[in-house]
Amino acid sequence: MSFNTLPKIVMPVHLSRRRFVQGLAAGGVISGLPFMALAGKEAMPSTHTGSVPELIGPNFDLVIAETPVNFTGKPEMATTINGSLPGPTLRMREGDTVTIRVTNKLRDSTSIHWHGIILPYRMDGVPGISFPGIAPGETFVYRFTLEQSGTYWYHSHSGMQELTGMYGALIVEPRDGETIRVDRDYVMLLSDWTGADPMRVFEKLKAHGDNYNINRPTAADFFRDASRMGMRAALDTRKMWNEMRMSPTDLADLSSAVLTYLANGATPAGNWTGLFRPGERIRLRFINGAGNTFYDVRIPGLKLTVVQADGVNVEPATVDEFRFGPGQTCDVVVQPKDDAYTVFAQSMERTGYARGTLAVRAGLTAPVPALDPVQWLTMGDMMGEMGGMNHGSGDMGGMNHDSMPMQHNMMGMKPGGMPMDHSQHNMGAMAGGGLGKPSQTVRHARTEYGPSTDMRVDTPRTNLDDPGIGLRNNGRRVLVLSDLSTLGGPLDPRGAEREIELHLTGNMERYTWSLDGLEFGKSSPVHFKYGERVRVILQNDTMMTHPMHLHGMWSELETAEGKFQARLHTIPVQPAQRISFLVTADALGRWAWHCHLLFHMDAGMFREVVVA
Amino acid sequence: MMGMDYDTMPGSRQPAPMKDGPEVKAAAEMDHGTMQMQGGVAPADARDPHEYSGGYELGVGKYALGDRRQLKLADEHNFGSILVDTLERAKSRDGYGTRYDVQAWFGRDFDRFVIKAEGDIANSKLQDARTELLWSHAVASYWDAQFGIRQDSGVGPDRRWLAAGMQGLAPYWFEIDATAYLGRSGRTALRLGAEYELLLTQKLILQPRAEFNLYGKRDAAHERGSGLSDGVVGLRLRYEFSRQFAPYIGVERAAKFGQTADMARSFGEPVRETRWVAGLRFWF
Repeated sequence: MSFNTLPKIVMPVHLSRRRFVQGLAAGGVISGLPFMALAGKEAMPSTHTGSVPELIGPNFDLVIAETPVNFTGKPEMATTINGSLPGPTLRMREGDTVTIRVTNKLRDSTSIHWHGIILPYRMDGVPGISFPGIAPGETFVYRFTLEQSGTYWYHSHSGMQELTGMYGALIVEPRDGETIRVDRDYVMLLSDWTGADPMRVFEKLKAHGDNYNINRPTAADFFRDASRMGMRAALDTRKMWNEMRMSPTDLADLSSAVLTYLANGATPAGNWTGLFRPGERIRLRFINGAGNTFYDVRIPGLKLTVVQADGVNVEPATVDEFRFGPGQTCDVVVQPKDDAYTVFAQSMERTGYARGTLAVRAGLTAPVPALDPVQWLTMGDMMGEMGGMNHGSGDMGGMNHDSMPMQHNMMGMKPGGMPMDHSQHNMGAMAGGGLGKPSQTVRHARTEYGPSTDMRVDTPRTNLDDPGIGLRNNGRRVLVLSDLSTLGGPLDPRGAEREIELHLTGNMERYTWSLDGLEFGKSSPVHFKYGERVRVILQNDTMMTHPMHLHGMWSELETAEGKFQARLHTIPVQPAQRISFLVTADALGRWAWHCHLLFHMDAGMFREVVVA
Repeated sequence: MMGMDYDTMPGSRQPAPMKDGPEVKAAAEMDHGTMQMQGGVAPADARDPHEYSGGYELGVGKYALGDRRQLKLADEHNFGSILVDTLERAKSRDGYGTRYDVQAWFGRDFDRFVIKAEGDIANSKLQDARTELLWSHAVASYWDAQFGIRQDSGVGPDRRWLAAGMQGLAPYWFEIDATAYLGRSGRTALRLGAEYELLLTQKLILQPRAEFNLYGKRDAAHERGSGLSDGVVGLRLRYEFSRQFAPYIGVERAAKFGQTADMARSFGEPVRETRWVAGLRFWF
């Protein structure tokens, strides 16, 4: 195997004005020393950050340990793989049987989950479901045969270890040679650093769900809106939110108030740089390995040709920008002509960004764009079709859509005024004459009416062409789910034999997250009959986008009309959206299925799946 | 957002307009039932959340690791937090005092222990303190029912009460705390508290507060009459250096009512007073 396209990495050192947003330039390399002096121990090797070592299969040895990093000006302990953050990029080949020895040098149990890889459930690496975990001092040997190719990643599935740095890229090369021809190939692993004690961050969210929201609506906003659009409109804009005790700026649980955003383990000031020669075709394998951050990625000056999503090749789609959430991957091909470009990945809640540079030589930089303004969630994000209607009509009481965060005031739409029938549950299936199309009849679980939820959507939207809050009408062509079209169609031509409907639920005030209003501990497993082709309908009854990751089997996304769209391992479900996918239950065993926002997962937005 | 025109922006991509599939139309035409986005009662035919289990149980049975579930997530963890809502020096016509209002909780998402403690100290002596230990159980999206005991201590004789109340968030973000108490010898009491957080900016926050106490029976030892006894409304302006640490200044107007006011007058004590306060709000 030859790697003449290996990344050449340079890391110019900038002194940042805004350390907490930008992070430290130098990562862990120089920071280990003062930390060690404080600790008064033997010098421990500090974590390697900002450039990622690469290991080539089929045999791998990975050692998990705690090593110090310094992203924020304060040395902290990270959980690392072979002393690097991200962990080494693992290169494997489709059809090979790989052997991965994982040795645990932590004080706690650990694990590695191979995200998106089809393998026997005992190899899936979820402690408590697929295996007991890897005890301190132990070595666990993973062995599986690769039935697929593409860009994937791997991470710890134990406690909060992923949040403290335990993740890396996993690239499976196609057995018959790469069909995506490029001159260079870079992994762009975007992640976020929550600090050394994510559980403490989690606990603060349990106490105050808005603790890290630095864009809460204020009286100052109100007066600005009132002067701009009139008192009445400003009040109307806020009415529904205030009545429901929900925040229109609740775009993410965390923000730059606590996170440092990383690209290949480098802070924005650290500025990871990949080199190229003008005119070359470069493949950028974007992986979202963040614990909690949706990234909106663009490279000003370059079109992005999306060639692969979640490891599966798609019909090339050319866009300016794409959003992806934790767990998702997106491979793009770019063809730069100028000297330098900024890879700009702003977080969905618009408080910070991860950044890297593509340049013809080390040390060059391109301008870093300003963060886009914060958009308030709309009624469509809360109510789906009902709230989304009249978009663009411009005649809501003479209001101009220009300056209004939530122009669809709910005049005449008091709760209680909407027709919705709960007795017609099977109407969709009956009207559709079978399971050719996903049922559109909303069926809330009886456990969605209690303290574990703060809202339910009765009129979800099913379209796949909404780029999502903060990206609508931004003047850029933004990738949407309906742009993804998997080459070769579905793996299984069968239609659905059965439908399963689950609702994504939560209560932001209590900071609880669940499915059907039931956290994991109160739930029952979801049973897939071995061999069946089953349709899963996910309806999002919250105001956040949840990247839902089903282990062990592909999720074949379909349109509201039941037409195959794309084969994915992590499906982002937008607020008030109802989405469906087909699963072929060909993987015996017990599997995890959860939201990949890690605090949501740990809070209980998690199910066990039994295929039997 | 602001500054974006839905109609004319190039490359405009709207969420698709409302689909007119037969199902949606049918649903829209059905003019019974109600839409309610929060709370409410599940209809009799609501979906069973265990409907897809096929009889399997979490972590046990076929393909499971053992005969006991191993995976436990944070929903089965205990968390805790302490909020010192006020810790302040207050200046009234009578002089200075120190006062505190603390609430702490420990437990799970929907069931937890809560401690509420409020009191004031003047002349190096605890004048009046109310301490409650409650079990708090979530009953609705934003409301907890609380049951427990209350202990009053300070200058007068100690009083013990059983407590039952509701605490939560009313529409428009009013934090409400309403508790009824049952004491010895047929004593009853009701305490009503409300708080609001008005964000002037992300860091400068105005907090109006009000609290009223009612008693069912005269309690001469505590200078309390029956009926509405006393109340206080206050306004505190704090600056959050961090979310967890904020100094504040404020002003309060306290009043005694009815029989309680009469008693105060007979002792030559003020019935109404204005207090200036300065203190710290913090939590961890």
